[in-house]
Amino acid sequence: MRADLEIIQQWVKPGHHVLDLGCGDGTLLDFLKRERNASGFGLEINPDHITTCMNRGVSVIEQNLDTQGLDNFEDNSFDIVLMTQALQAVRRPDKVLDEMLRLGGEGIVTFPNFAHWRLRWGLALIGRMPESDALPYKWYNTPNIRLCTFKDFEALCRQKGIRIKSRRVVDGQHQNSWLARFWPNLLGEIAIYRITRENSNDE
Amino acid sequence: MPDSLPVDSVGVVTPQTYHFETPIELACGHALERYDLVVETYGKLNADRSNAVLICHALSGHHHAAGYHSMEDRKPGWWDTCIGPGKPVDTNRFFVVSLNNLGGCHGSTGPSSNNPATGKPYGPDFPVITVSDWVKSQALLADRLGIECWAAVVGGSLGGMQALQWSLDYPDRLNHSVAVASSPRLTAQNIAFNEVARQAITSDQEFHQGRYHDFNTLPRRGLMLARMVGHITYLSDASMGEKFGRELRDQAYKFGYDAEFQVESYLRYQGERFSESFDANTYLLMTRALDYFDPSYEFGGDLSKALAKARCEFLVLSFSTDWRFTPARSEEMVNAMIAARRKVSYAEIDAPWGHDAFLIPTPRYTAIFTAYMDRVAREVGA
Repeated sequence: MRADLEIIQQWVKPGHHVLDLGCGDGTLLDFLKRERNASGFGLEINPDHITTCMNRGVSVIEQNLDTQGLDNFEDNSFDIVLMTQALQAVRRPDKVLDEMLRLGGEGIVTFPNFAHWRLRWGLALIGRMPESDALPYKWYNTPNIRLCTFKDFEALCRQKGIRIKSRRVVDGQHQNSWLARFWPNLLGEIAIYRITRENSNDE
Repeated sequence: MPDSLPVDSVGVVTPQTYHFETPIELACGHALERYDLVVETYGKLNADRSNAVLICHALSGHHHAAGYHSMEDRKPGWWDTCIGPGKPVDTNRFFVVSLNNLGGCHGSTGPSSNNPATGKPYGPDFPVITVSDWVKSQALLADRLGIECWAAVVGGSLGGMQALQWSLDYPDRLNHSVAVASSPRLTAQNIAFNEVARQAITSDQEFHQGRYHDFNTLPRRGLMLARMVGHITYLSDASMGEKFGRELRDQAYKFGYDAEFQVESYLRYQGERFSESFDANTYLLMTRALDYFDPSYEFGGDLSKALAKARCEFLVLSFSTDWRFTPARSEEMVNAMIAARRKVSYAEIDAPWGHDAFLIPTPRYTAIFTAYMDRVAREVGA
């Protein structure tokens, strides 16, 4: 099983109502539905992904976060809001984070670490925009327009009064990486953050 | 009709008439003592009667949704693009039921049927029918066919409204509700267009307060105008531009007021053809049913409250250039479903044909519709 799914699953309680921003082909929601009896919706803009979601029985709404926002969702209407590997592809990740925690008490965010050693190496020594398993695009066609490092993300959370409840780090194949635990911002490729509002008094 | 039937056609079909002798109470307070429903079915009902799909028709639709009535037919049923072997509503897997709604003019009891009390056509005495009334009559038809629960109720436009109403009136009798190019209620602009259509009909000299049958005439002119204005709202500016542009029938302007532009002659032709085949009182009735439709009405305008009793899953589809029922109307429906925590999937399909796009198979529309209905079929083992 993909390590990130396993990790996220542990943070979703049985019967949770979940919103998945950029749900892709619905793998995660389908997994959470089966493993955690979770309900909820995925938002997606890729037509093929939307079709796949519909075929596998994942409730999917075609909605573009950049142009349509999330105004159609009510405050606290979800238990958890997920965003896996999509934060770096939206125009205003900071606003999306605010929206996530408006809609749900808790958020789970995963994104590729731009400070991973291989990316640093590529930029520093080869002098070219880096590519990796987690970032398999050219600079001119990448949907990842808001790349950041784990440190950047954590700084933004501090600034916004967002509390990081947990952080787990996996490699580009979404597998657990023991190395990354020692020096995540250098050795971790993808981080999975569990976030909430600073003043939230759960757990 | 070609010499041989296309392989993905349901083939030659024969409508059947079901007589109902038990009175049906209507929303307007009146009842119909007895009535007929004309029905076509495609495919086979499976052993546990779980693979039935109900097709609900739109304003000018009827029971003939797929296939041909004879080898001489020029065109197949109105939704033949989506119903048939291997098509989105796959008749190899589903038992498809399509009827002419009450108040229609294609064989089911309606204003042009004989009123048993007078022996003459009902005309304006035929009660105004609502979407809820249709759904009730469809449920009675389901009883007659031995269908306890539809695998899906599917409709476009006004048909989508019936699919939505089903989820509220008989929440346990459908697994899926599919509303294509539909709306949770008409806007003022929609009602305004309907009013122009009705005025065109009722102001025709031949209308005779709806008793034109008694005068052995038809309000053809009015019905033609009604259809012309309606037809404009079914197309997009771009698709009309593409089809007709400013093309003239002859080379030069004639400095008169006859049909000189192609689009004028097209609209006249469509209107005239329609006025020969459709009943004016039915047109009034259908547009009124559209106007009245608003399941949120008794919930203070909050559709999500109305949806609290729905149990089925929903598929909502809209088309980018549809300005009759815009994507925003579909999204209104979807947002209410989200707020009510119903299971819903939604997509806005890019298509240039305006409202009519729901009848035209575009790759993405077909892919989504097929993918969704494939899952509906898998769920019931079909």
